[in-house]
Amino acid sequence: MFELDKNNFEEEVLKATGPVLVDFYGNGCVPCEALKPHILRLEEEYGDRIRFTGLNTSNARRLAISQRILGLPVIAIYENGEKTGELVKEDASPEAVEDMLKEFCADRT
Amino acid sequence: MEKIYDLIIIGAGPAGLAAGLYAGRARLDTLLIEKGVDGGQIAITDEIENYPGGLSGPGQKESGAELVARMTAQCTQFGVERLSANVTKVELDGVIKRIHTRDGIHEAKAVIIATGAHPRPIGCLGEEEFTGRGVSYCATCDGSFFEGLEVFVIGGGDTAVEEAIYLTKFARKVTIVHRRDELRAVKSIRERAFANEKIDFMWNSVVTELHGPEGVLSAMTVKDTKTGEERKVEADEDDGMFGVFVFIGFLPNSELFEGLVDMEHHYILTDDAMRTNLPGVYAAGDIRKKPLRQVVTACSDGAVAAMQVEHDLASGRIG
Repeated sequence: MFELDKNNFEEEVLKATGPVLVDFYGNGCVPCEALKPHILRLEEEYGDRIRFTGLNTSNARRLAISQRILGLPVIAIYENGEKTGELVKEDASPEAVEDMLKEFCADRT
Repeated sequence: MEKIYDLIIIGAGPAGLAAGLYAGRARLDTLLIEKGVDGGQIAITDEIENYPGGLSGPGQKESGAELVARMTAQCTQFGVERLSANVTKVELDGVIKRIHTRDGIHEAKAVIIATGAHPRPIGCLGEEEFTGRGVSYCATCDGSFFEGLEVFVIGGGDTAVEEAIYLTKFARKVTIVHRRDELRAVKSIRERAFANEKIDFMWNSVVTELHGPEGVLSAMTVKDTKTGEERKVEADEDDGMFGVFVFIGFLPNSELFEGLVDMEHHYILTDDAMRTNLPGVYAAGDIRKKPLRQVVTACSDGAVAAMQVEHDLASGRIG
């Protein structure tokens, strides 16, 4: 998983040529920590079709808020500079993330 | 189907982990299923002050997550199997219980339901829309987004007031919005709140609607419970947003078991050995109808339930 920061977010996500998944997490966010291994597992399966990245919002609060992220965890998919899919907090279960990825990949085959 | 467990525990909060510990030590073949985070509600609690033997006090502060990590380690060292999955359906009436998850069906002679509870929502307009966009039920997860901003805490019990104190680490000002004219929190917590300069109070008030034309919470309608008068509270113009943290109690996670075991107000009824009305089905922790829902009582329930399972299996009552 590629680690984002406030300086490279625009380049790596908003201006990226292909689709990008962003795992928005934060220091002290226990649900985020619990979700992380599932995201890494999904990266093995879907990483060839969508780029997996993570952003520690504790070091990039302003950036997170600009992306309308005020609650964690959030798993979002970006394409052509736009957020096209998003699972927030309770909705961001491993199963729901997998479903979102499946649907995203199915739309493209 | 590969095997039939002696026991499946649904939920790895304090009740489920304590049940796992006792079942593991009793050498019951046990599977512990959790859909999210070990510890459940307690994993996202900033500080646990009232768990006997837990670390608290000056220089000894311990978070819920740290306490739970020790419980998990203690539970798994006795050979309890773990599964990270969401239970989608249960079949509890036969001698062999069938627990459905997305990846398959798991069978056992006994089941302990320890699914706990989730935060009660305000139930006002706009709440769902702004969850994660200003509305939160988890101060340790989302508090830092409100660094230097204003935050409202809804509720007046122990959790609400403790989390309000925690949020003063980030927020410029924390206002406790409570429907009564006094706090229900215990005295030691109340005193800390009253002594905190950053904490303000909005008495006899309930939130009836949340607003945010920009997609981020920036205003709310508050109703006076005495006069019925409504007024709008707006974010400071320079801030453009504020946070609302909700701590007004819990609702049991009992949907899956509705109509299968006896309940009262959606809480599962048990005898004092944690047995439900169905043979081989037990309940422990916040999911039960009981007078005090705390880590210590959840652990107690889990221990009692696991030992009763062992006893009932050994005596041939179940299995």
